Amino acid sequence: MKRRTLLTAAGLTGLTSACSSGIKQSDSTASTGTLKLGYVTPQTGALAPFGEADTFVVGAVRDWFAKNPLRVGDRDVKVEILVKDAQSDSRRAGTVAGDLILSDKVDLMLVSSTPDITNPVADQCEANGVPCISTVAPWQPWFLGRGGAIGGKSFSWTYHFFWGLEDVEAVYQDMWAAAGAGKRAGGLFPNDPDGNAWGDAKTGFPPEVAKNGYSIIDPGRFAVGTQDYSAQIARFKAGGAQILLGVVVPPDFTNFWKQAAQQGYRPRIATIAKALLFPSTIEALGDLGQNLGTEVWWSPTHPFTSSLTGQSAAALAQAFTTATGKQWTQPIGFVHALFEVAAKAVTTAGATNNRQGIVDALKSLKLDTVVGPVDWTSGPVPNVAKTPLVGGQWRKGTTYPYDLVVVSNPLKTAVPVAGKVQPL
Amino acid sequence: MTWVNAVLQGILLGGLYALFATGLSLMFGVMRIVNLAHGDLSVLAAFLAFALIDAFALSSFVTLIVVVPAMAVLGYLVQRLLLERGLRAGPLAPLVVTFGLSVVLQNALLEAFSPDSRALPAGALGTASLQLTESLSVGWFAVLCLGLAVAVLAGLQLFLARTAFGRAMRATSDDRETVQLLGIDQRQVYAVATAIAFATLALAGVLFGMRTTFDPSIGPARLIFAFEAVIIGGLGSLWGTLAGGVVLGVAQTVGAQISPAYAVLAGHLVFLAVLVLRPQGILAPAGSRP
Repeated sequence: MKRRTLLTAAGLTGLTSACSSGIKQSDSTASTGTLKLGYVTPQTGALAPFGEADTFVVGAVRDWFAKNPLRVGDRDVKVEILVKDAQSDSRRAGTVAGDLILSDKVDLMLVSSTPDITNPVADQCEANGVPCISTVAPWQPWFLGRGGAIGGKSFSWTYHFFWGLEDVEAVYQDMWAAAGAGKRAGGLFPNDPDGNAWGDAKTGFPPEVAKNGYSIIDPGRFAVGTQDYSAQIARFKAGGAQILLGVVVPPDFTNFWKQAAQQGYRPRIATIAKALLFPSTIEALGDLGQNLGTEVWWSPTHPFTSSLTGQSAAALAQAFTTATGKQWTQPIGFVHALFEVAAKAVTTAGATNNRQGIVDALKSLKLDTVVGPVDWTSGPVPNVAKTPLVGGQWRKGTTYPYDLVVVSNPLKTAVPVAGKVQPL
Repeated sequence: MTWVNAVLQGILLGGLYALFATGLSLMFGVMRIVNLAHGDLSVLAAFLAFALIDAFALSSFVTLIVVVPAMAVLGYLVQRLLLERGLRAGPLAPLVVTFGLSVVLQNALLEAFSPDSRALPAGALGTASLQLTESLSVGWFAVLCLGLAVAVLAGLQLFLARTAFGRAMRATSDDRETVQLLGIDQRQVYAVATAIAFATLALAGVLFGMRTTFDPSIGPARLIFAFEAVIIGGLGSLWGTLAGGVVLGVAQTVGAQISPAYAVLAGHLVFLAVLVLRPQGILAPAGSRP
């Protein structure tokens, strides 16, 4: 008797499971109950400062989706975000992207922070036919660096939003002119992908700024981690470079800038990318950090709001500070915007697993995000949408030791200027 | 004059390299252990100083009173609890242990201090300079680093040459089995040598931190310079380490004067040239093991 009950029960269980899997099967052609987003980002290693805001932003977005399920087609879906650490390593980034695609079967890939991370992940997605949205890397290394050609080859599965070298060239030249620093610039370009792209005599800064009469004293590519900069300092002094330009990592810039002070080189204006992104580097410089200039991609004063949570840029930065006790950094806005764009693309496609639908949605997507309007129909090349870029200088602040103040807006973006360019 | 400047800046830079390499040289000289966590340990020392400054608003130099002894104690414990066990398993095991220590330290520091770049305040000293001629000036901080390097190396040399424990250390380095027959506890000798090595690298770590920014992942990039200084100067020779540091520093600054692209490369080339032409190092005593 007992055995018979058991067998019946077993039979029933088998039957129901067969049924439910049958239902699932037919259901999944429309939409599954869960949207799986893969997110690759450098959380450890040399690029870790870029990934610092991730924990907060991803946590906040998860909370938001838990309370406000995403409406896809005619049903509410759960959003699952799988975060993988790229460990600041290109090969590792490609490997974890492959895992996310093949083992976790993500519906949509997100990736941020420098071409070293965005490019291998985008390449994996392109090869496997998985939609991918990337950001926080100038568009040229992302597009041209992966074999895209202007007016030629573009990509089917991968989409990118950020600014380009032409924007940073315009912003920096505007700041140089406003500082009245003459026409000679010293170039600090290391031997890495950024330094080579910026310093390139044909496609980098030199030919572009030459159009406006600027000449760049370029002593040559130096190795990242160089400890002594007296050779560069001597040449900048001898050449009368009143402008300092560069794209260097924080320890190298700190070394250079202190030695420049020791050896009596003081330009009228310094516009440095990469090293001056994060407030901790400026604090480390102390008084030497006052009025150093850099490009600004996002700040709490940007007049934009999130299409997802409705938070303004200021509110988002404040939420970060409340949660972590730290000063805002630029990647916060862009990581948040990745999820805005992802949500919009999936809802437009109308199904979580409709890969072709998602890339079709991205191709014509226009969305006002917390980093500004993202519009893939009007980019410089297909697959690329540009976000506004302005220029800023670090100045002594009230709440924090230094604040990044927006001082230059030559591209006439919607971002208000909060001060004037001041010479060093 | 630019060449004079390059050589002068190179010598000063060499002082810091030498100070940093001292611990590596000592650990290899006494125990034949190559400490791959050397760079990360110097970053740990800098972060300890940073935490002290953050909590008690001390000057960077005052933190040395705490950081140097703390790192020495850590060195003693690392040798007794980790490396000693490794040594019993053969010469390769300690190398692997220090490699593991390097990975653990980087990740622990990232967890504890976040990936932000930090620096230790150097105040006016950080940018103060001595104007020698119109186009020649040297930073006081670099002069101080060189002075400290010479002082530390001279002190260590005296300790090794004149004290009973120093003699025991040299004897253990030469022949550990025979030394044990004489009743010297080689484990104790090794632990003290590691403690001294950690103390010197703590000093170098704090000076590096005052010179430029550091973050949890920067250690391995520094290790290569220490390693080159030790090899150029001669493994296990303390004055050789000073000479090696200075040669490396001058090679880099003179290389940079030719073209900035050659700065670090010139250092590597000198290192390779020494390995090929004089593998025992430029200052190693004749007949010593390479």
